[in-house]
Amino acid sequence: MALPKPDELLQDVNLHKAPEKHWMDIKPEFKRGTYCYAVEPQVMEDLGLPHMGQWQPHDEKWPLPPDWKERTLNALRDRLNRFRSFKLFMDICVRCGACADKCHFFLGSGDPKNMPVLRGELVRSVIKGEFSPLGKLFGRLAGARELTEDIIKEWFYYFYQCTECRRCSVFCPYGIDTAEITIVMREVLHELGIAIDWAMKPVRFCHIVGNHIGIQPHTLKEIIEYLVMDIEEITGVKIEVPINKKGAEVLFVPPSGDYFADPGIYNFMGYLILFHHIGLDYTISTYASESGNFGFFNKLELAKKLHAKIYEEARRLKVKWILGGECGHMWRVWHQYHNTWYGPVDFLEVPKSPITGTVFENAKDNKIVHICEFTADLIAHNKLKLDPSRNDHVVVTFHDSCNPSRAMGILEEPRFILKNVCNNFVEMPENTIREKTFCCGSGSGLNADEYMEMRMRGGFPRANAVEYVRKKYGVNHLACICAIDRAVFPALMDYWVPGVDVCGVHELVGNAIVLDGEKERTMDLRYRPLKGKEGKEGEGV
Amino acid sequence: MNVGVSLLAVIALILIPWIGVSALGLDSFFGIVIPYLAFFVFFIGLIYRIVQWARVPQPFKIPSVCGQEKSLPWIKYSRLESPANTWEVVLRMFFEVVFFRSLFRNLRADLQGRRLIYGSAKWLWFGAILFHWGFFIVLIRHLRLFLYHVPSILNYIDYVDSFFQIGFPPIYITDLMILGGLLFLLLRRLVDAKVSYISHASDYFPLFLILGIVISGILMRHVYKVDVYGVKELAIGLATLHPAMPKDAHIGTIFFVHLFLVCTLAAYFPFSKLVHMVGVFFSPTRNLPNDNRMRRYVNPWDYPVKYHTFCEWQEHFKEQLQQAGFELDEEWCKGQNVAKENKAA
Ligand code: HEM
Ligand code: SF4
Ligand code: SF4
Repeated sequence: MALPKPDELLQDVNLHKAPEKHWMDIKPEFKRGTYCYAVEPQVMEDLGLPHMGQWQPHDEKWPLPPDWKERTLNALRDRLNRFRSFKLFMDICVRCGACADKCHFFLGSGDPKNMPVLRGELVRSVIKGEFSPLGKLFGRLAGARELTEDIIKEWFYYFYQCTECRRCSVFCPYGIDTAEITIVMREVLHELGIAIDWAMKPVRFCHIVGNHIGIQPHTLKEIIEYLVMDIEEITGVKIEVPINKKGAEVLFVPPSGDYFADPGIYNFMGYLILFHHIGLDYTISTYASESGNFGFFNKLELAKKLHAKIYEEARRLKVKWILGGECGHMWRVWHQYHNTWYGPVDFLEVPKSPITGTVFENAKDNKIVHICEFTADLIAHNKLKLDPSRNDHVVVTFHDSCNPSRAMGILEEPRFILKNVCNNFVEMPENTIREKTFCCGSGSGLNADEYMEMRMRGGFPRANAVEYVRKKYGVNHLACICAIDRAVFPALMDYWVPGVDVCGVHELVGNAIVLDGEKERTMDLRYRPLKGKEGKEGEGV
Repeated sequence: MNVGVSLLAVIALILIPWIGVSALGLDSFFGIVIPYLAFFVFFIGLIYRIVQWARVPQPFKIPSVCGQEKSLPWIKYSRLESPANTWEVVLRMFFEVVFFRSLFRNLRADLQGRRLIYGSAKWLWFGAILFHWGFFIVLIRHLRLFLYHVPSILNYIDYVDSFFQIGFPPIYITDLMILGGLLFLLLRRLVDAKVSYISHASDYFPLFLILGIVISGILMRHVYKVDVYGVKELAIGLATLHPAMPKDAHIGTIFFVHLFLVCTLAAYFPFSKLVHMVGVFFSPTRNLPNDNRMRRYVNPWDYPVKYHTFCEWQEHFKEQLQQAGFELDEEWCKGQNVAKENKAA
């Protein structure tokens, strides 16, 4: 089915009307555009994971394993015994509804099961109905029901309609985090062999090759060479990029989206220009060439598997500390999970900026620093030569990505950087930024093409806020610190707010940095003329 | 249907002691046996729930961060919303539990054509505060029934609570708070399409039950004046484990209704959503500091996971690496076989 036009998409959305039927009596409808395709069996085989063979979610009958019910209940029991978060969240929701209209998928679809509270009830009801004597006795009166095959389908549908963005958890009086429930439930589905292709293929690539896209070591080198050539063409300065260099001070790990595709590559050029400008002793690795982690969208164990590489590589290359690029879920994993999985990280040193001498006390145990923390510190110490007027063709607003804001709290650093490298920075409405920021609608491995309708719905609240500042201030750039954002926002903007380009923060840093020995800059990193230099961009070439 | 069933259940719960006491004369059953039973269930049940939660480990440190992290010294961080140490976590929890801070953030989203509008929506917070604070103070006021010598603090609370001096005996402000709060919460559940849709009978039941308690309490005080001295004698007897029905006192059936509903609430409490009162303290998104990179958090059930080691990877991409002019790291792989066994990451 073709994607409806923007003006038609929301016609059926009514946020203040509920269906006639009880939600337990409504089965999910697998309409094209609202679900992702099932994983290819080979992908699961390669990783030694269970699968259900060839099937698709729209199939009437799913090839569930014969012991599916027992397996599911055991998987649930196991999680209830290992995750206090999950157990507690199953126990204490009062159904006050404070979270109901906080989810972007609910706001964009009006589907009541996309209210975080009902998303939780989908499981809570089964836990009551299968494990609690009182639940069994009172049934629906207590919100309990028995597990059926349709419920497995329902779980698949709705736990892949949650981007694990944690916005609901900000508003819940008990901090019930539906993202946590989704993480657990995707694991439970995995035990039956249910997973989506788009979230699993990158896991296999990352496991075997080293990054989500499957870019092999020699290709990565070539890509970087191309980007270096572009930088030379634009700035007149030739930059060296150390790869797999032993004994470098810093291991820099970017998300692969930043060296793979437009507009991530411009951000990558920004990193390279920055490192060259300050003379950082760093290296990029071809073995640990991915800072993102699609394993996290499937199973925590897979997430741990993928990033173990980064630490082995840091040891092998004998670096002092690790610097991470701009990426959202990556920083959830790096900040909230790495130290638990890979610590104590006693083979590295407490990160210290070699340029400013700042010791990153906040990362003293884990030894990993966010590039925006690093750059903000450089700017605060006046170590960068910046010409913000080179971004005068840009009117930029900043999208707080879900995870850096709600799992980490990096709110000021990117803003500080933007204000220093651009002259035209404006904020979106208060209720749509910082800890209340809206998801891009495609996070947590849901950035698949076949999922486009749901992506446009889920991304609507964010896009709507962009539309507001576009009309009000003429915003033409949406900056973000997330590789998935950079991959998915272009489609979202084209759909809802045409005319807004998407960029990373370090792309704009790269535009503004005045390199030693550079030629007169007439173009930005995208070969677009700078303001006042229109028509001159060809001259230097 | 959910509403009807819960209402009927509460009506039945009112009739049980009514018939039991006024028709069957089971005073001491409803005055002594039931209260002991109920509070036994309450304590054991609550302890059971707490032990259940405490037993399950929290594997990761996953605070929901709602403000600026502590990072560079010149950036002001949010102590309440991104607590960086235990003391700040205690503060955050304090505001959550006492003032429902997260609920205070509540917004209301409206879709107007193609525009989303967010409005402030503090009513839920206000109703919840009225109800909970009313409930809490009423509970404290009740202590006077269990103490021979009423401490002056209780008298002071009484004095403030009946500050308006309307009616005789004067109407308590907290009675109005709890009543207003409850009615608002009930009304909201009935009227708001979303909240009504997510409600089970078990969401209406506690509201009706507590409403029953509050109304029977108010009736006792203002309409069917019960023998307070008799009640106090019974209460002290219960509290000191020397239970006896007061002699020659006419306590009144309405008291037994009130008491029975309270007992039902107590016994129901640990097995229902009402345990949120204790659960909130366990919430890992609120009671953990955002200091993950400063202080390591240990997962008690963490286990090693096999990954694609450098040497396996190098073996796999040997040709490509050499083609691209990268040096192979044989030395690392020699040492690694030993190291791998030691630290199976
Ligand atoms: C530490 C103590 C407590 C805290 C922090 C707390 C917090 C909250 C919050 C934030 C709500 C959601 C707002 C609402 O729906 O009103 C709520 C709901 C509720 N609480 Fe509590 N509570 C506590 C203790 C209690 C106690 C002791 C009771 C009574 C036995 C109680 C009964 C209820 C009920 C019945 C609701 C649901 C209201 C509704 O249906 O809308 N709570 N609580
Ligand atoms: S805000 Fe929390 S307690 Fe209220 S309905 Fe949502 S998940 Fe349940
Ligand atoms: S985590 Fe985000 S996507 Fe998931 S239910 Fe909550 S608000 Fe919705």
